[in-house]
Amino acid sequence: MKCSSLALIVLFGFNPQTVLAQAIDYARSQITVQSRQMNVPVEAPFTKFNAQIVFDPLRLEASSARVDIDLASFDIGDADVNENVRDRNWFDTKNHPIARFVSSSIRSLGGGRFEVRGPLTIKGKTQEVAGPFTLKTNGADRVFEGAFAIRRLQYSVGDGVWRDTSVVADEVQVKFRLYQLGQKPASKK
Amino acid sequence: MRTAPDNIGRVHPTPVIDVSMQQPHPAYTPTAIGLHWIIFFLIACAWPLGQFVSGLPFSPQKLRLIAWHKWIGVTVFMLALLRLAWRLYRPPPPLPLSDLQRRAAGAVHALLYALIILIPISGWLFSSAAGVPTVYLGLIQLPDLLHKDKALAQTLNQVHATLNWTLLVLVCGHAGFALKHHLVDRDGVLVRMIPRLKVRKSESPS
Repeated sequence: MKCSSLALIVLFGFNPQTVLAQAIDYARSQITVQSRQMNVPVEAPFTKFNAQIVFDPLRLEASSARVDIDLASFDIGDADVNENVRDRNWFDTKNHPIARFVSSSIRSLGGGRFEVRGPLTIKGKTQEVAGPFTLKTNGADRVFEGAFAIRRLQYSVGDGVWRDTSVVADEVQVKFRLYQLGQKPASKK
Repeated sequence: MRTAPDNIGRVHPTPVIDVSMQQPHPAYTPTAIGLHWIIFFLIACAWPLGQFVSGLPFSPQKLRLIAWHKWIGVTVFMLALLRLAWRLYRPPPPLPLSDLQRRAAGAVHALLYALIILIPISGWLFSSAAGVPTVYLGLIQLPDLLHKDKALAQTLNQVHATLNWTLLVLVCGHAGFALKHHLVDRDGVLVRMIPRLKVRKSESPS
């Protein structure tokens, strides 16, 4: 068995994404969206998501991030609104339960700041997005924090009567804070 | 200067102001009157609007009307403070009433002032606790004194509603007594706030 685990390490050693992807502490992570209704900023989180981050500031070309968001976990704090947002006009979670971001490139902006870029798919529509993020360390742990703007109508989020951007603005800020534990995951779930 | 012969034929100079033209009861200042009626009008819009909006299903129209309701509320709050400041600067003329009536009216007026200031504040806090900031006219964002807290938001919603129903009852009493003074007592109380009205003289020939 020793041999095979060594073989595994060797095998996955060729694929740093698998080896270096460290566990995310979801209790200390969050992904929120901030929209503007009648110019009133309203922020709400997605309580369920999955993130895989491989990040080496010295090897950005080998670094990557992939985030899957459970759209039905959107929680604005009002049951009626939550219900509506799962509806066809908004996320249509029945047909499109997951929003997915996969990084295509990460570059340094200097001073502990980086920019991540890649396709974001929501409701079956894919758009290239890019946004800056910062890297902070907390002991061996790492915190990635950043934001990017999307245009909701490009994804048909808020369709029908909601297309009126004088009520809900087209631009939506997506903010993320991903807390990656420093230790390697002790065991797979 | 007009002159008139007295009953024994002597002519006296009379005062410049004809006594019969004088307001029997001095009115509020035009500023106070203006603020009173503007605030009344705004509340007469915001009150039913708030009631209506709370029953609407989630829709763009609902969000728009909520915003308008909040803008009116903020305006009422500012005008109420202005009104109170003006009242301290220019106290209203004393009510031509008995001591007891004067005290009762004073208490109701104090409560009305308290409510038109507290109701917008309670709405603003409710909105903050619900996680929705208030942006006056879509331009000026008010600070949020409270963090998002669902349970607190529900409580504040009830507080806001209760204060509003209290206001409705008091306003009905306030207006009812004003009309009673005007139509029954004919004592000029209502004329203080609506100077164009004349004190209704007793029409019985005497």
